[in-house]
Amino acid sequence: MLSIRNLHVQVGARKILKGLDLEVSTGQMHAIMGPNGSGKSTLAGVLAGRDGYEVTQGSVLYQGQDLLAMSPEDRARAGVFLAFQYPVEIPGVNNAYLLKAALNAIRKQRGEPELDAFEFLGLVRQKLQLMQMDESLLNRSVNEGFSGGEKKRNEILQMAVLAPTLAVLDETDSGLDIDALRVVADGVNTMRDPARSIVLVTHYQRLLTYVVPDVVHVLLEGRILRSGDAGLALALEERGYDWVRREARVA
Amino acid sequence: MSSKPQDLDAIVGRKYRHGFVTDIESDTVPPGLDETVIRLISAKKNEPQFMLEWRLKAYRHWLTMQEPRWAHLRVGDIDYQAISYYSAPRAKGDGPKSLEEVDPKLLATYEKLGVPLHERARLAGVAVDAVFDSVSVATTFRERLAKAGVLFCSFSEAVRKHPEIVERYLGSVVPYTDNFFATLNSAVFSDGSFVYVPPGVRCPMELSTYFRINAANTGQFERTLIVADEGSHVSYLEGCTAPMRDENQLHAAVVELVALTGATIKYSTVQNWYPGDEQGRGGIYNFVTKRGECRGDDSRISWTQVETGSAITWKYPGCVLTGANTVGEFYSVALANHYQQADTGTKMIHIGRGSRSTIVSKGISAGHGSNSYRGLVKILPSADGARNYTQCDSLLMGDRCRANTFPYMEIRNPGAIVEHEATTSKIADDQLFYCRSRGISQEDAVNLIVNGFCKAVFKELPMEFAVEAQNLLSVSLEGAVG
Repeated sequence: MLSIRNLHVQVGARKILKGLDLEVSTGQMHAIMGPNGSGKSTLAGVLAGRDGYEVTQGSVLYQGQDLLAMSPEDRARAGVFLAFQYPVEIPGVNNAYLLKAALNAIRKQRGEPELDAFEFLGLVRQKLQLMQMDESLLNRSVNEGFSGGEKKRNEILQMAVLAPTLAVLDETDSGLDIDALRVVADGVNTMRDPARSIVLVTHYQRLLTYVVPDVVHVLLEGRILRSGDAGLALALEERGYDWVRREARVA
Repeated sequence: MSSKPQDLDAIVGRKYRHGFVTDIESDTVPPGLDETVIRLISAKKNEPQFMLEWRLKAYRHWLTMQEPRWAHLRVGDIDYQAISYYSAPRAKGDGPKSLEEVDPKLLATYEKLGVPLHERARLAGVAVDAVFDSVSVATTFRERLAKAGVLFCSFSEAVRKHPEIVERYLGSVVPYTDNFFATLNSAVFSDGSFVYVPPGVRCPMELSTYFRINAANTGQFERTLIVADEGSHVSYLEGCTAPMRDENQLHAAVVELVALTGATIKYSTVQNWYPGDEQGRGGIYNFVTKRGECRGDDSRISWTQVETGSAITWKYPGCVLTGANTVGEFYSVALANHYQQADTGTKMIHIGRGSRSTIVSKGISAGHGSNSYRGLVKILPSADGARNYTQCDSLLMGDRCRANTFPYMEIRNPGAIVEHEATTSKIADDQLFYCRSRGISQEDAVNLIVNGFCKAVFKELPMEFAVEAQNLLSVSLEGAVG
């Protein structure tokens, strides 16, 4: 599904990713953990095609295609989804309208007929119920005046409606109280599917109490320094990151 | 992957779609302006004596005036002797009596502009007065309107058929001495629309005028007068286009609205005069005076404008709130792309007690465009309990455009409540990226964001035109961000 080889990325003169390798198979959920400044958000941004990152070496293949050569909208239409750490407010633009435009752009790409307003509303209501979210979210302007929790839930709703093949969640768990965290976790769990891969980028172990990944990676110093099963997340929670760094140096 | 400034130009650049010229035989007076020309215009229109005298008074006053220089605009020199002040499609005899007699070339022109004049055609709920260069060529749905008692015809016809109404109200809101361009218009105006809605009548359909400049080296000086008698209601819309030409053309119109006791006038403009090319060559100088007076108590005047065209837009549709508990509203979207310049806003003059006004202005600047909001809120001592709310927002696209806000307030009643809010924002890269990462193309994302920005104004437009306005804006912005 996703194959990242020797990825080097810099922002201005600052080198952030220094030879990152990552393989995510279809149907798997991977968690990428690391302290602040380790390059987690850079990785998420590069995958979605955000401006300002310079890839100096390496490759990213998504379903065999060169992901880095695609525009952000083409990536989305090919089934890549990024849940933002800081979702953006767009005043005056109806939340449901944006989502419908997005869904239809993606459906068009797949050669599927566009949904009209009624069909769309039916689909969204079903997803709202699944995510235990309030319908009033739909009729507000995109993220405008949303609480932190509402913004993150809105991202999960978008993911549920757009049904991506590869979902990258950038610190979706940060800034959530325990109830909101559970709603988000439930949302992520319902998205698990043999045909879908999910990459969770997170700072804390706590999301992983509710969502159990297949593989946990530690991102440190711009590279994946260690990978393991869900137990690795617990070890990080207890022991911090320094031991990973030390052992990597020894190796 | 990065959006460089020059990419911004790529999106704002779809071509002006109304730039064609109709090849039609015209009756055009030679360029130049003196009393003979004014007498000629008046004679061509068989005007009564009062009209000619009014024109001459205006002309003599105009000779004493200077062009205004206070606006935040760079205006090329205008040679008033090089302009032809009258141009009309040559008519056989007295001009068309009905649509069947209108020159098919003219009908085809309006068809091409998306304004079919056949009554069974698309704009079925809207009566249209079509003004081509200096004259009105057709007015639709006249019989249906006449049944309701609504007078809707060209200004020239009104001068001949309803001189008592014209004489009573002409210049009563915008006097012939008002300002340089309004005074010029008073001297030479050729045609325009006239509306009178009798007491208690709710006009059964939207009224609209479609202005088209066709001939070269002419100016268009139309004059519109709308009188809403007591307790009546009317909604009126004007649209405008012109061919693409390398030289600037002057459009100096005057619009006067009079709302008597309890009457409501809603006046909407979708202005798409030729804006000039990407280098700023050509385009219309749109120097317009629009003012309405809420003369009677409890009357209401609402201006909504979407200004996407013209090389230079210079206009301040205002409301004089004379009556008690009157309401004035101004909703505006003004776009300045490429080298377009706009200096636009409103004037709200509060005289009556309890008068209220609302101003919502959305300025969009792209390319090398310069967009200024200029607004005056004046509250006179008599206006006890007056209120004003003003909101001015500017949206910048790219880094070579400009936005300015010049709010003026003159508050002479201590009890008045005046609020002013202003914001300036850039279409943020992260907003664009957010939309694109959801699969929405860059161009659609720009439109989405701009339409969201303008929503408060678009919802004031009559439904049929709100969609047109959105489309127009997206066409005018194509290539603004890339």
